[in-house]
Formats: sequence, C-alpha cells, structure tokens
Amino acid sequence: MERTFLATLALTLSTLGLSAGEIAPTAVTFVDGSVEASLTGVAGDPTRGREIVGNKSMGNCVACHEVSDLSDVPFHGEIGPMLDGAGERWSEAELRGIVANAKMMFEDSLMPSFYKTEGFIRPGKAYTGEAADDTFGPLLTAQQIEDVVAYLSTLKE
Amino acid sequence: MNKLTVALLATTLAAAAPVMAGPVEDTLVLNEDITLVTRTAAPEHISDVLDEVISGWHFRGTETRAMQADDFDNPGMIFVEQAEEVWNTADGSEGKSCASCHGEAEDMAGVRPVYPKYNEAAGEVRTLEMQINDCRENRMGAEKWKYTGGDMVNMTALLASVSRGLPVNVAIDGPAQSTWEAGKELYYTRTGQLEMACASCHEDNYGNMIRADHLSQGQINGFPTYRLKNTKLNAVHARFKGCVRDTRAETFKPGSPEFVALELYVASRGNGLHVEGPSVRN
Repeated sequence: MERTFLATLALTLSTLGLSAGEIAPTAVTFVDGSVEASLTGVAGDPTRGREIVGNKSMGNCVACHEVSDLSDVPFHGEIGPMLDGAGERWSEAELRGIVANAKMMFEDSLMPSFYKTEGFIRPGKAYTGEAADDTFGPLLTAQQIEDVVAYLSTLKE
Repeated sequence: MNKLTVALLATTLAAAAPVMAGPVEDTLVLNEDITLVTRTAAPEHISDVLDEVISGWHFRGTETRAMQADDFDNPGMIFVEQAEEVWNTADGSEGKSCASCHGEAEDMAGVRPVYPKYNEAAGEVRTLEMQINDCRENRMGAEKWKYTGGDMVNMTALLASVSRGLPVNVAIDGPAQSTWEAGKELYYTRTGQLEMACASCHEDNYGNMIRADHLSQGQINGFPTYRLKNTKLNAVHARFKGCVRDTRAETFKPGSPEFVALELYVASRGNGLHVEGPSVRN
C-alpha cells in the first residue's frame, strides 16, 4: 500500500475514534441480540471492566443494577435485574450484545445502548443539554465494552 | 407496647430495610392545620397506566417531609415573603403593583390549580409565568421577567402558597386538547443518547432507586420546589430541562411551546392532588 493511503486510513480511523481492527458501532453484527465476534480482537480486562461497571462517569451500571461483588461502591439501583450470576445466565456473545445494544434482544429495554451512535431523538452533547456535535461517540469504547463483558463473565453464583 | 418499645422496633425495622421500597406512608398536615391530599385515585385520563397518583413528598426522607409541613421550617417560604413585598410594590410606566388590580395575594387562591390554562384572547395555552409576564408588560408597563429567574419563581411560589390545600384541576379538553396531546407525546418520547422518556422513570419505575435517588411519579403539584441540593426555589421548566439534559439530550428551553405542553400534560397527571408549592425536595 502506498504511504499516503496508509496515512489517510490512519487519519480516518482516528477521526472515528477507532483503532485498527475495531468494529465500528454502525458495523456490529447482531444475531438474536448476541454479538459473536470481539469488537476489538483484544481480550477484555475484567479488572478494568469492574471499574467501568461501578464508576459513575464511565458505565455507571450500578445506577440501575445491583452487584454484590461491587458492595464497596455505594448506592446500587433497582431498575434492572441484579447482575450476580450474569456470567452463568448469559454467554459471552449474549453479554456483548446486551451491553452493546440491549434493545436488540429486549425491544423495550430501558437500558441505554452503550455502543451505538445513530438513531437517537434529539441527541445531546454529553450532559450539557446542548445539541450533539462532531465529538459525539458511543457511551463506551469498543475496548471498554470488551472489558465490561469480561467482568460480567466472572460473575458466577 | 410502650413508647420505647415502639421506638426501638421502628429503629430496628428502618435498619433492616436495605432500600426504600415505594412511597412512604405518611400524612402531610400543613402548620398543624390543613391536611393536604398527597395521594388519591388517578384521574380518568391516566387510569389506564396508574391506579393512584402520589405526591413526590412521599418519596422523600423524614426530615425533608417535616420541613415542608411547617412554614417556619420551609426555606421556600422566605421567597414567598419576598414575593409578597413585590406583589405590593408598584413597577413600570403605569404605576401599578399586582395588588392594584388583584388585591391581596390570598385573593388569588384557586388560580395556581388551573394553570396551565387556555387563554381565549391569546388563542394559546398559557402557564402562570406567561400570564404574569403578560400582566407586567401589558398592564403594568414593566419589563418582562426571565422565565425561570428569581423574581418569577418567587412570584409563582407566592401564588402557589395561597392555593395550598386546593386540588390541581387543569382542563385538558376543548381548546387545550391539542396542547395536552403534544405534551403527552413528549412525555412518552425516549430522547437523548440514553433514550429515556419521562415515563421510563416516573411511570414505569417510581418507587425504585436509581443510584441514590428514589424515583417519584414526577408530579408537579409541589412546584416551585425548594431543593436542598441547590438551596433555592426551582421552577418546573428548569426541572424539566435538568431531566431532559440527564438523558444526554438536547433540551428544550424554559418557556418553549414544548415545555408548556409538557407542563399541561404532567400537571393533568396530578389532577386531584393538592397544590403544595413551595414544596421541599432533595
């Protein structure tokens, strides 16, 4: 490949916030709500996943779900199902699908779609109340999705 | 059982309950005098989705509830007093105060419960704020107030306070119907990157905890609301804006046709609840 082409490709990918080998939010293949292939090809890190699930400014999953393993984090919500045993109830592909876009499996789910960039009504710029601009991206990155999936897979009862 | 046993039992029960489930059983008696209706049968137009409508008062803690029950403890009443002074002070080119035409603020009892309301001459549904500004501009020759500014929210607190103990009763039919329908549409629209509608939290999940927040039905009979969180009175459109913002959406503006419609619709979901403003909330 020519150098200019590579440079252009790299620029395009970085503009999209993607690393080489990542599947873009608009290119994810769902089968019955599951996503078989890793979004990055890089194994998820359950320790980082645990941080994302509990952290208010990252996944903030505990806002709606209770997780016994995260009892060090205060205030778990009760909107969604408890996540204890999620790694037994769901396969990795199912967990990846649910975290990326739960509405593919559960049509009316209240759960936000963490790896989706299109199809919103009045999307905003994070929590500013302003309209979304060209910085708009998915709620979590592809690798963060993989990290969360890796963590959830460890939750066995 | 003696008093001590009851107290001990209550403490044990409170400690054993890990999360608040549902609204608290309690009665709001204002100034040891007026008993306010804080839960009642849902009005007919929402009886398909709710059996009972419940004031946000039931979803707050013991201290917060007590604070609202006594005007000396309710920080919102300080702003009511400020508005009372403004009520009696002339402003604008016509040399009139509110009192010049309306008399005592207490004479306005019954106004708050029916707003937002269709205004025949204007051909539109108007909020109390819009009507106040119409008075200021066209009767007093005074400057309009900012829609959710201090002067405005104080005045709406005064007008709410004199209607405490009267049931919310906004009209949703006739010329108000199309606005009401627009508000209903917005109430059920899942906006923003989090794709949440008003109904997602306040119809489907009231009583549940979302992180540290105890979700209420989002009733607005207590507005304006003194929030302990920001230690000031909060206008209902400011609250709408905050909620929509928290869905990671582009919000509507306070005073916009969308929020006027939403206010009419949400107010109508509380028809039958007593006016509580200025209420005290988290």
